[in-house]
Amino acid sequence: MWYIGKRLLQSVFTLFIIITIVFSLLRLMPEEGYLGAAAEKMTPEQQEIILTNLGLRDPLLVQLGNFYMDLFKGDLGTSVTYRTDVPVTTIISEKIMYSLFFGLGAVALSLIIGVPLGILMAHMKGRWLDRLGTGYIVFVVAVPAAVYYIFIQMYVTDIFNLPLLFDEYNKMSWILPLTSMALAPTASYAMWMRRYMVDELNKDYIKLARAKGVKERTLMFRHVMRNAFIPMAQYLPATILFTITGSIYIESLYSIPGMGGLLVDAIQRQDNSVVQGLVLIFSSLGIIGLFLGDLAMALVDPRIKLGKGGSTR
Amino acid sequence: MGIYSEEISNISQKSNENLFDFATVDEQKAEQTGYSNYSYWRSTWQFFLKNRIAVFLLVVVGLIVAFVIIQPYLPYQKSPTEIYIDEQTGSQARNIAPGSEFWFGTNSIGQDLWSRIWEGTRTSLFIGFVVALAEVAVGISVGALWGFSRKLEAPITQVYNIVENIPTTIVLILMSFILRPSISTIIIAMCITGWVEMARFIRNQIVILRDREYNLASKCLGTPSYRIILKNLLPYLISVIMLRMSLAIPFAIGAEVFLTYIGLGLPISEPSLGNLINEGRVLMMSPDLRYQLIFPSVVLSIITIAFYIIGNAFADAADPKNHV
Repeated sequence: MWYIGKRLLQSVFTLFIIITIVFSLLRLMPEEGYLGAAAEKMTPEQQEIILTNLGLRDPLLVQLGNFYMDLFKGDLGTSVTYRTDVPVTTIISEKIMYSLFFGLGAVALSLIIGVPLGILMAHMKGRWLDRLGTGYIVFVVAVPAAVYYIFIQMYVTDIFNLPLLFDEYNKMSWILPLTSMALAPTASYAMWMRRYMVDELNKDYIKLARAKGVKERTLMFRHVMRNAFIPMAQYLPATILFTITGSIYIESLYSIPGMGGLLVDAIQRQDNSVVQGLVLIFSSLGIIGLFLGDLAMALVDPRIKLGKGGSTR
Repeated sequence: MGIYSEEISNISQKSNENLFDFATVDEQKAEQTGYSNYSYWRSTWQFFLKNRIAVFLLVVVGLIVAFVIIQPYLPYQKSPTEIYIDEQTGSQARNIAPGSEFWFGTNSIGQDLWSRIWEGTRTSLFIGFVVALAEVAVGISVGALWGFSRKLEAPITQVYNIVENIPTTIVLILMSFILRPSISTIIIAMCITGWVEMARFIRNQIVILRDREYNLASKCLGTPSYRIILKNLLPYLISVIMLRMSLAIPFAIGAEVFLTYIGLGLPISEPSLGNLINEGRVLMMSPDLRYQLIFPSVVLSIITIAFYIIGNAFADAADPKNHV
């Protein structure tokens, strides 16, 4: 319990620091990002008035204080260029369900495929399935995701006659975004699973079990798999991070109205407050993911005594 | 007393002047005594050569790097940024399919894709190498201090715990959003996130190694700390450092593509592989123009996969357990 509390405190502290840093850095940004599309028509005096009204001429600490006050009330400011004067929270809350659905769906899909693939690869180490799987993993890990996402959209839609863009009411159009988003986490699950299984297989207790005549199947499922799952538990929540990157590509490629696509849009339109809100949400997600990962690790592994450890990673 | 007492009692008689002459090295005699001519790097190299795919890819990467450097000086090369005019119509030579005039065709405003691809590869490789070098330099320095100095250990660990919690993608986006896009800002943004893992790795290894007997002995003999780090600890880690470096290159190239994709990459006037792929993506709906996407993607995939496989093969080869 003590460990969990300490770890939670650390996460909250980290989040606090990140928010502060993000906020201060965005104040260094060019100020056009706050003026909106009409910036060129304004006189310098008018621009100055707007900036003062927004509180941007106050000292940084005052701004930071105001920002935190608003944040606790759940207010992230209003959008500047993306949808003028609409609160950022409204914009994001419309999008968050799509991102959640696709993110969690992709993680679930990659678990279903990735873990058994890793087990099979470890089981058939050195044979063609293992080679094939390794090839797949190398490709997905080494080649930038944008490249194969684009190629999947380009050719697979032709081959299977799937819709090119996302359509909420057409279930067929959900297939490709989900599968492409699942590609990268599938590869990493398979890779870790295989690695941990192979590590376990080389240990002495497995040799003993073999020597005393435990069946290969029992050995795999009762001994090796259980132990290999322990380090896996840590990576599970952390894959939320994967899906952040994935969602940025996928959502803008298939024009899914989610947060990743929104981030690309907001960046291209220089909408500072939307970018700021999204960065805050994404980094909180990441921190929550890592926290849950450590938590899962502590719960699953009896060797990690709650209260000690923690900095072992 | 034992069997040797006789030997010892007569030892002064056996001694003579010649025994104190300097001996010369004789390779053959050395072989006979079971002296192993083991050289770490030679064994590493020999083991690496056994991995045919990695050797092949190493040659490919070598050729690409060499070609990228000499390409602008070869005859019949066009400028990567000049917009070519079609002589017959007088308009820009837009979207010409690959042929004898434009080897990889032209893009949508009439620039030569062949030279743009190599210019882009040059940019991307440059970014990759610089980021990898910076990562290694910062990572080693921080990691060595972190692992070796007991005073600095606690503060650096605290900083690390915070930095590690921030998603890399977010830092990358934020940094490039704030800094104006150019090669140097992209490199800075990537370096800010890249060194962390390297530092942690070096630190973990140094903590394991620093209290081994040979280091204690070295310390007792009065060796200064920097010399212990440089001569006793870092040579142990050289293989890992090389591995991290060779993996940092494909990841830096990939990050550049990512940044360009979300609109934070280099300006179009500076071709990079990310830029070219992004340009090609816009045109992917018309099958005739897909070559503009396919060519840079293929070059990019070859480079990243090659670095990845070479890095891993090298890491295997550098592990002395595999040398027999």
